Amino acid sequence: MDAQEIIARRVARELRNGDLVNLGIGIPTLVANYVPAGLSVFFQSENGLIGTGPIPEQGLEHPLLTDAGGRPISALPGASTFDSAMSFGLIRGGHVDVTVLGGLQVDAHGLLANWMIPGKMVPGMGGAMDLVSGAKRVIVAMQHAAKGKSKIVAKCTLPLTSARPVQLVVTDMAVIGFPDGKATLLEIAPGISVGEVMAMTDAELVVPDDIREMKI
Amino acid sequence: MRAVSIEEAVAMIPAGASIMVGGFMGVGAPWRLLDELVRQQKAGLSIISNDAALPGKGVGKLFDADLVSRLTATHIGLNPKVQQQMLAKQIAVDLIPQGTFVERIRAGGCGLGGVLTPTGVGTLVAEGKREIEVDGKPFLLETALRAQFALVHAFLADYLGNLSYALTARNFNPVMAMAADTVIVTAEHIVPVGVIAPDHVVTPAPLVDYLITNPNG
Repeated sequence: MDAQEIIARRVARELRNGDLVNLGIGIPTLVANYVPAGLSVFFQSENGLIGTGPIPEQGLEHPLLTDAGGRPISALPGASTFDSAMSFGLIRGGHVDVTVLGGLQVDAHGLLANWMIPGKMVPGMGGAMDLVSGAKRVIVAMQHAAKGKSKIVAKCTLPLTSARPVQLVVTDMAVIGFPDGKATLLEIAPGISVGEVMAMTDAELVVPDDIREMKI
Repeated sequence: MRAVSIEEAVAMIPAGASIMVGGFMGVGAPWRLLDELVRQQKAGLSIISNDAALPGKGVGKLFDADLVSRLTATHIGLNPKVQQQMLAKQIAVDLIPQGTFVERIRAGGCGLGGVLTPTGVGTLVAEGKREIEVDGKPFLLETALRAQFALVHAFLADYLGNLSYALTARNFNPVMAMAADTVIVTAEHIVPVGVIAPDHVVTPAPLVDYLITNPNG
């Protein structure tokens, strides 16, 4: 199982029946593939749809039914469509139960940077700032390190996405939460030791006695 | 509402105009109007659009033809050409959060001076903006956004200009149809009055100034 699949499978276990869920691009998109059997959630696409379904069979795509990247998707029975003011009202207004987003850096207090590398990557924040500001629960799904460097940092050096901290970070090595505003190791991936996680984490990490193994 | 040809409609838009363009990654974009803007070489445009689509697609064609001097958008990450033009300072780009973008336009269309949003507080987006506390929580004052023209794409338009939209092609179109001095509409189908039931009209006819004739070109 590759790193992305480990992350996506573990995040999927955070979803609850009936949740309205918004998935970001990249690893978060994969979460939809691992929703536990028997669990029913609504996926929102911020371009104006609740009830997104799988990519349609070739030849059955509709040019006016797409995801936020402009790719063809389908709509499940019970889906609804709406304009962008409603879509972001849902997001900012606390009606979205869970959002799963990618990350560039998360700091020791749970602050997220995921939209810009000054001078290099300036794609625009799209819906990321609204999602982090407004969703009930924000989960970051990202690799623990990039090019050998920890993405869990003492303080973000990249521009922040929001002044509001995220609730949970799921990486290929660990699950980290922020009780009392402090990065806390909650779970470790199968085959990974606490020492390995500590060595690959730049932020100070609270390590409780009862660390569990990630269930994937 | 007046029904006009696409050539006539675009001839009314001066070079340097401010224009809202509906669509999300090209889906629900008024692509025939965009093609005609390129054909008539209307330069120096100030474009307000969620994204820059892709090169060769939707609003992306305006950038391919170097017709844009200013862009207000939320995401340009999938159009490398626009990112290059921005980093080379050929075009001025104002990137704003998507929820803020649509609320500023909604405010512009609804006679509001602006909105208070928690989005962007404590980030680069807050620079130069007033922070206002309401019930102990900080919000940013984001001012209303309007344009001289809105180019809107609907699914159905009736002979009076009532509009309805399809699936994810609705996106910013109905909000922009409220927020410009002149609203120009392309529709996939033009239908008799009554085909769109009152409950299904999303944009009421009085908001539409011009409807482009011959939907199939």
